Amino acid sequence: MSEQELRIRKIRNGTVIDHITAGNALNVMKILGLTGKEGLVISVAINVPSSKYGRKDILKIEERELKQDEVNKIILIAPNATINIIKDYQVIDKKRLKLPAELKGFPKCVNPNCITNSGEPVETEFYVIQNEPLRLRCKYCQRVTSQDDIFKQF
Amino acid sequence: MDFKNKSIISIRDMKREEIDYIIKSAEILHENWRNYTNYLSDKILGTLFFEPSTRTRISFETAMKRLGGMVVGFSAPEGSSLAKGENLIDTVRVVENYCDAIVLRHPLEGAARLAAKYVKIPVINAGTGAEEHPTQALLDLYTIFKEKGTIDGLNIALLGDLKYGRTIHSLTYALSNYKVKLTLVSPPLMKIREEIMEDLRNNKIEVKETSNLDDVISEIDVLYVTRIQRERFADPTEYERVKGSYRIELKTLKNAKKDLIIMHPLPRLEEISQEVDYTNHAVYFKQVKYGLIVRMAILLLIFGFEIK
Ligand SMILES: Nc1ncnc2c1ncn2[C@@H]1O[C@H](COP(=O)(O)OP(=O)(O)OP(=O)(O)O)[C@@H](O)[C@H]1O
Ligand SMILES: [Mg+2]
Ligand SMILES: [Zn+2]
Repeated sequence: MSEQELRIRKIRNGTVIDHITAGNALNVMKILGLTGKEGLVISVAINVPSSKYGRKDILKIEERELKQDEVNKIILIAPNATINIIKDYQVIDKKRLKLPAELKGFPKCVNPNCITNSGEPVETEFYVIQNEPLRLRCKYCQRVTSQDDIFKQF
Repeated sequence: MDFKNKSIISIRDMKREEIDYIIKSAEILHENWRNYTNYLSDKILGTLFFEPSTRTRISFETAMKRLGGMVVGFSAPEGSSLAKGENLIDTVRVVENYCDAIVLRHPLEGAARLAAKYVKIPVINAGTGAEEHPTQALLDLYTIFKEKGTIDGLNIALLGDLKYGRTIHSLTYALSNYKVKLTLVSPPLMKIREEIMEDLRNNKIEVKETSNLDDVISEIDVLYVTRIQRERFADPTEYERVKGSYRIELKTLKNAKKDLIIMHPLPRLEEISQEVDYTNHAVYFKQVKYGLIVRMAILLLIFGFEIK
């Protein structure tokens, strides 16, 4: 464990989201609906050095597991994130996220004139046309929704 | 090539071979369409126009009737839209029970693709949102092909509002299947969207951008004129200024190639002076006929007929 990471105290049970794209830990918290008011013990490290990616963010949440749809959203802003499940201070499971080629149901299309934003009973659908920074092409209106557009939706 | 039961949603979905096949089919049909006047006699076309469009609707209806088919449908009155509060998915599911194909015009982008997903009959996009109008693009290509004998190798200028013009997006995308040079002439505020430029770059299309038609008039083979809409300008004096410099008159064409063709999706307002109508350059009224032929060809093809 590097010096920088030592600042964060070990957790007993919970989730460590590691290798979050630098600067995005707070967005991941938004995805998870974490405001701090929940009373959970959360440690956030932002822009810490990372041997793999130069810099990264880390989010450590005690007593909280992630649901699949939350995981699917996290990929969109932190495609390299790893999700570590901690039990009794040990990493018992580690999931690397993988951006699928197509997305369904999230995010919203950036185009206000898109049929998916009109109240029709239909989910958004996208092709992933670029991973980093993320660019999605709406299957309906063809418009590109960018990483920044996705951030604005939180 | 099999178009039977296929929807025509976006020019982006179409490969060059498919576009060429439609052009070739139209060319054959052009000569002998009278042999086909009964082919669709047991077919009904549903024309759902959630937004008014006299020209495109008449073109489709005529195409269907020329082939012996029938038409049902509705059209939003001028200046209105039926889309609000209506559920498009339910509408097309209902209409599917009445007809054999649907022609859809809708103010929202992606509407035709959504409709096609929920019905089994083919859907033809007759203009959705600000961008997609694939049959217009196909008829534009057919016009160029008929008038020039080729599309490859031409220098094609698009003039006017390239940002919001409905036909521009589909047309540039269609043209990017060919080895053309594109010359984009627009006021700085109405330049083509960066996203489309990106598509053009990806397709290795040589693009020249300018705000001044005089700079390029002598180089181009096709001049595609679109309207500049007053609503787009915050400042009316700016509109008047811009409008003037994008108006095509005889003097504008002084240095043009002899065989330059001028196209326009119509309706034309002030952007082309009437005096130009009587020159050999003007093909915008012929374009209407070409459009009819292309739409007839598309209808025959999606109903499973080969044109030969
Ligand atoms: N009990 C714990 N409390 C808090 N953080 C922990 C705990 N156990 C592990 N971590 C953190 O979880 C992440 C993954 O731990 P692991 O031991 O798998 O590290 P690693 O070998 O560097 O993994 P990786 O290959 O994913 O980078 C690290 O950031 C580590 O600091
Ligand atoms: Mg590590
Ligand atoms: Zn969309």
